[in-house]
Amino acid sequence: MDFWSLQPIEAAVTLSVIWIGLGVLGLAFARTPRAIVDLLFPAGAAVALALALTGLWAMSAPASTAILPAGLPDLPFHVRLDPLSGFFLLLLGGVSFGISLFSSGYFRVHAQGLGLLCVQYHVFLASMAFVLIADDAYLFMVTWESMALSSYFLVTTEHHSEQNRKAGFIYLLIAHLGAISILLSFGVLHGGHGDYTFDALRQAELNGFWATIAFLLAFFGFGAKAGMLPLHAWLPEAHPAAPSPVSALMSGVMLKTAIYGMIRVIYDLIGDIHWEWGLTVLLFGAATSLFGVLFALMQHDLKRLLAYHSVENIGIILIGIGLSMVFIGSGHPVAGVLGLIAGLYHTLNHAVFKALLFLGAGAILNSTGLRNLNEMGGLIRYMPHTAFYFLVGALAISALPPLNGFVSEWLTFQASLQAPLLESSVVRSIVPIVAAVLALSGALTGMCFVKVYGVAFLGQHRHQLAERPRDASGWERAGMLWLALGCLALGLLPVLMIGQLNSVSQALIHASLSNEAMASGWLWLVPTSSQQASYSPVVFLLVIAAVFGLTYLVVRQIYHGRLRRSDPWDCGFPEQTPRMEDTADGFGQPIRHIFAPIFQIHREIPRPDDPAPVFRQEVEDRHWQWMYLPIARFADFLSGHFGKLQQGRISVYLLYSFVTLIALLVFVQ
Amino acid sequence: MNVASGIIFQVLQSVLVVLIAPLMLGWVNQCRAWLQNKSGAGIWQPYKVLNKLFHKDAVLAHDASALFRATPYILFGCMWLAVGIVPVLATDLPFAPAADVIALVGLFALARVFIALAGMDVGTSFGTLGARREMMIGFLAEPAMLMALFTASLISHSTSLPTIVETLGQREFVIYPSMAFAAIAFLMVLLAENARIPIDNPATHLELTMIHEAMILEYSARHLALIEWASSLKLTAYITIGIAMFLPWGIAHAGDWIGLPIALGVLVVKLALAGAGLALLETVSAKMRIFRAPEFLGTAFLLATLGMLTHFLLET
Repeated sequence: MDFWSLQPIEAAVTLSVIWIGLGVLGLAFARTPRAIVDLLFPAGAAVALALALTGLWAMSAPASTAILPAGLPDLPFHVRLDPLSGFFLLLLGGVSFGISLFSSGYFRVHAQGLGLLCVQYHVFLASMAFVLIADDAYLFMVTWESMALSSYFLVTTEHHSEQNRKAGFIYLLIAHLGAISILLSFGVLHGGHGDYTFDALRQAELNGFWATIAFLLAFFGFGAKAGMLPLHAWLPEAHPAAPSPVSALMSGVMLKTAIYGMIRVIYDLIGDIHWEWGLTVLLFGAATSLFGVLFALMQHDLKRLLAYHSVENIGIILIGIGLSMVFIGSGHPVAGVLGLIAGLYHTLNHAVFKALLFLGAGAILNSTGLRNLNEMGGLIRYMPHTAFYFLVGALAISALPPLNGFVSEWLTFQASLQAPLLESSVVRSIVPIVAAVLALSGALTGMCFVKVYGVAFLGQHRHQLAERPRDASGWERAGMLWLALGCLALGLLPVLMIGQLNSVSQALIHASLSNEAMASGWLWLVPTSSQQASYSPVVFLLVIAAVFGLTYLVVRQIYHGRLRRSDPWDCGFPEQTPRMEDTADGFGQPIRHIFAPIFQIHREIPRPDDPAPVFRQEVEDRHWQWMYLPIARFADFLSGHFGKLQQGRISVYLLYSFVTLIALLVFVQ
Repeated sequence: MNVASGIIFQVLQSVLVVLIAPLMLGWVNQCRAWLQNKSGAGIWQPYKVLNKLFHKDAVLAHDASALFRATPYILFGCMWLAVGIVPVLATDLPFAPAADVIALVGLFALARVFIALAGMDVGTSFGTLGARREMMIGFLAEPAMLMALFTASLISHSTSLPTIVETLGQREFVIYPSMAFAAIAFLMVLLAENARIPIDNPATHLELTMIHEAMILEYSARHLALIEWASSLKLTAYITIGIAMFLPWGIAHAGDWIGLPIALGVLVVKLALAGAGLALLETVSAKMRIFRAPEFLGTAFLLATLGMLTHFLLET
């Protein structure tokens, strides 16, 4: 093949196949775990970087297609790489580059079963890549399933623990419910004629009713994978069970494939968007984000807490997409583009900072063996590098300028401020309220990460450690550094990425931001016009840094820099012990107090004369009571009755076959 | 020419506001003393305190990390940026487009997160208590603040402060009901965010009630001085945001050299009135229990939302 005529799609397919190859090599090297961590994971990282570049290339190139010589006879796999797929490939490659680097250091400690893990890890990556470039429903579903299965095996890596097996089962169950719903949605879109290529699905003419059915099926199907309320229950179970780099991949990248699927089906395959759908997405998004952050504040298991934050951020992404659908559905495509770009940008941002935070949690777990925040404390003194990277991630997720999380939340706010364009006064009033919910969850996230950072990294250590925790290793640091740089770059230079996203939206919905918005240069982020709103993170950072340096020098010049160390003052109280600091649960107490009706709290309060008092408190998710348990009981009930059909005698089964045959014959007549 | 004058205005405004911010605090304290029939320490007292603190040797807890030492400077930088962006003397400042009101809220949130983290750094019980309470007030105040700002920005269809000032300042005087709601909500948030009565009392170190002071207990000397200065800057920034959004008359354009003395005079009068008003509010109201704060800020949020609905129903 001539190298210069290489199409993006060919590069993407080749790279994904190389990933699978690396995984298979892992089996060959199963006896030599050093080779796996020293060669295969860094090689996987290199492939990821190449894939990210391919994605970037595809975002500004016309769509390229190919037909793979694989699949069933007469039913080959179609693949296509357009700017939307390119954007998600960029996300997949960019984030998994950091995660693979980190894995190379992380899995050194877990030598057992590393060969198998290497296969699952790389097959997981490759199937996500294929999901993103699939151009027919058949390949999409096959790779979607292989993504679910490989991640299931990764979640249950530590399958000796009962809890992990249970977490894996719940994950698999909800993933399959979602998959069935997606499959049905493709079925509805197909409408009974033609084949299952996305081109055919795009051409299919649906009336309003069937289009709405297809939308709902796709929305809930992909929502189940994304962790949308009320289908989020697997997420806080599966993420803590998986090894940390895998949690980072699942939360950072896999949830985003669901967002990709949602956008692909709704914007591209269905196409004709109704504003009512947008309102549905918007309300589910708002509920998801608020619920996610409130439950995150109740957690003391670091990885569980991060998982609930993924729920929250999926909600924020859905708010952006919902706004975009509302505006497009009511005939304001330019405002719609703003919402879509906000949603997509938050998708990328969340991938970067959430992966970074999960890797930080992994580094803590590796060096201290702790996941419970209440036992940590003072880690900044033992793990300064990890502490710094984690701080970057925490500031980014808390939507603080000048990092990346703020940019996408700001864009979402700007999109919601386009509400006066809308004709319906009800919708016009709902949109700002959703914006207020977004503001509330943003501020709550800030509180939650002050809690996480303050309890884990600051203060005094609460737990007797056998040995001094070591900082993250070189590979681990490299992975976190890459993602931290991503947070900074996406935060400081949003205009470059938004220019790219503009071409995604041009290709997808044939509308883009106004020319004035894009003409302000790389320094100023202007969503509509410079009169309306503008933001410049670079100026933010430069001014704060300049004032920092200037004040530091001036104070030292005019006065002095004398400093003396002593015991903490603490209002003169001398008997300070680590037990007097706030624990993670203590820090969340105001939230429990204010939002009490939302939580289901079990408390065991010790008697006053108890010599060894224990105060126990558990906060449960009400959805288990309201939704999951009734459904489980109903399924149990049904299967109990169907179980009566199972007689265990061959004559009875023959009778069944006979009756079925007769019934079918009658039916066909 | 316009660029040069813009830069001069920018520098002039940033330096001027940073220098007069402690005076603002001194003025509020003096007014409150007068209202309470005390003679007061004089309006220059905050400068004397800052000078004293800068002279002292800093004392740091053994376990204090780099974050603890960097926070006062970061805080000061954030607040300096805030007062540099808000059009106080003139619109059309070169740095003004760097942030609209939403980004300003983000900037205040950044400062809040850092000071809360610094409060938890040494690991004392009061520090964490203060951080917890501060973040609670913060998450309640932020949505109310944004809602008030959204409402106020609906009339000028812009969240950029210079545009808001230009639009409202050049219109004839009309009382918009939505603006009235938003202004009250903004005032309530201002009190909460700046650790004033009825949410917090800047003059107390009582364990049960303090919020802001609890977080900064471990700070001393130059670090404490910078934090105190940053607090007075924050108060000034909030008041000037309020002035820009709700009382924008008299702010000069960049390059309008004749307008500058008038703008300066008008600004001094507005700030003096705002300070006296704040002192009056603090004198006639009492500090409320910490768990009444959600009700207080919830009311602010509701008022702002009402303002927005009023705008959609009555004013369009």
